[in-house]
Amino acid sequence: MTEIRFSGFGGQGIIRLGLITGKAVSLYDNKFATMTQSFGPEARGSACSSQVVISEERVLYPYITRPEILVSMSQEAYDKYEPDLREDGLLIIDNDLVKSTAPRGSIRLFSIPSTRFAEELGNRIIGNLVMLGFFTAVSKVVSPEAIKKALPGLVPSRFMDLNVKAFDKGYDYGLEVLDKAKS
Amino acid sequence: MKTRKADPKGVMTGAHYLDGDFALAEGALAAGCRFFAGYPITPSTETAERFSERIPFVGGMFIQMEDEIASIAALIGASWSGKKVMTVTSGPGFSLMMENIGLAAMQEVPLVIANVQRGGPSTGLPTLTGQQDMMQARWGSHGDYRIIALSPDSPQECFDLTIQAFNLAELYRVPVFIMTDECVGHMHEKVVIPPADEIDLVERKWYEGPKDAYRPYKPDTDLVPFMIKTGDGYRFHTTGLTHDERGYPVINAEVQDWCVRHLIDKIDKNAEKIIKLEEEQVDGAEVVVLSYGITSRVAIKAVQDARRQGIKVGTIRLLTVWPFPEKRVQELAGKVKAMVMPEINMGQVVKELERSVAGRTKVVSVPHCGGGVHDPDVILKAIKEAVK
Repeated sequence: MTEIRFSGFGGQGIIRLGLITGKAVSLYDNKFATMTQSFGPEARGSACSSQVVISEERVLYPYITRPEILVSMSQEAYDKYEPDLREDGLLIIDNDLVKSTAPRGSIRLFSIPSTRFAEELGNRIIGNLVMLGFFTAVSKVVSPEAIKKALPGLVPSRFMDLNVKAFDKGYDYGLEVLDKAKS
Repeated sequence: MKTRKADPKGVMTGAHYLDGDFALAEGALAAGCRFFAGYPITPSTETAERFSERIPFVGGMFIQMEDEIASIAALIGASWSGKKVMTVTSGPGFSLMMENIGLAAMQEVPLVIANVQRGGPSTGLPTLTGQQDMMQARWGSHGDYRIIALSPDSPQECFDLTIQAFNLAELYRVPVFIMTDECVGHMHEKVVIPPADEIDLVERKWYEGPKDAYRPYKPDTDLVPFMIKTGDGYRFHTTGLTHDERGYPVINAEVQDWCVRHLIDKIDKNAEKIIKLEEEQVDGAEVVVLSYGITSRVAIKAVQDARRQGIKVGTIRLLTVWPFPEKRVQELAGKVKAMVMPEINMGQVVKELERSVAGRTKVVSVPHCGGGVHDPDVILKAIKEAVK
């Protein structure tokens, strides 16, 4: 079982990250995935998050307790959620937006300037998809094929190509970072 | 009982990733619901949104009413016109609906009401879960009457039980409640929608006799009277007042006795046919955990832990909460040491359990005020103490 939290501020597409991941895992990777999310004012501006529990068996307890993976796209969300991350967890941040302290315990830290990459691709609105690609590459909890199959219906069809491009950009950067970490 | 297959127009066959609220709307469309009147309220609004987006492509009507009182009134009218009807709401809206829910029960009108429960009382916790309206569903309107209430534990069950809710409403001419909650309503999971020809829908019992002989409240052999569609040329009368078989008011104790007993009997005497339970390892169990809705899946986690520690635990999941499975728990009452019932309220359905077992077995309530689900360890602790 893997518990994941995507976090950032309302409007960045944080809940969409959980939705795409959950759909990809449960419809195309043939595992179980339960997604829950922030509601109320926090989903519309301040620290907001979506949570996904992935399992080989049916998920019974729907919420996350001690996530193995934390994705943070804002400082406020990082400050709020980092203490919950497991000591042996995976921390993924947009390093233009989040200044992280030295990771606790054996937490592995992966950074990407996802919003800047999105701006370079033409629109900062797809920063979440760059992050999704990066997350997919470094976490390996979901296959890139499944993510791409999950996109229709969850991103506007007229921007599908741009979203796929953003995902690929993040995914390739993730593979590069993993390669560098090995050597 | 006449059944027919679902109309493919309303059935979104395939595997989807939906939240419980959306699954309610898809269940309604698959069940042939073509009229929805409601007033938005968190955490149920997504169902209304989904239905209103889909219904133009399926054919039917969605009305945003001025409030929840009017919503039920609109459902009653549309149901009399022959439509399958539904609304959704949450705590505060549910309270407003109560007056006309009584009217629907009295007039014996099939309707489906989903309550995506949030923490109460009053406006309470708009975005957080609760199961505190279970007794309100049962007793919320004044007077004696019976209703049916189902409780789903997942988006998939939101879809499946909505279809069942419509079938029961049509079969028994009664308001049927889907008592879901914010957690299930806002949780996304895989939902598999079968092909239309695998979905069996109960047809309302239409009267086909001579026009002048129609009696809207004359019980058939199954205790349920026949209906007609308004506008089909039948002259009939219906009212919230105590009435005879013709539907005309008769204000005396004798007709009241006949009228009220009929509302009670048609559900109580058919209870065994209505009630759906899911049982696991109940034979030989020392303790049985009874639960419904979201709490039932959290409870399984505690039950698995208890079994690992060597305790023989059985589970009964109440897919139907009302009518309560009185007969089944009475069968078990003398055989098991204890029954444990977690609920996200201060102990509501557990009172019905206590009443049913009448002291023959220890009953342990595991309450929760709402705003979240139980910590499985709290349920585990209750199980361990119950078998001591």
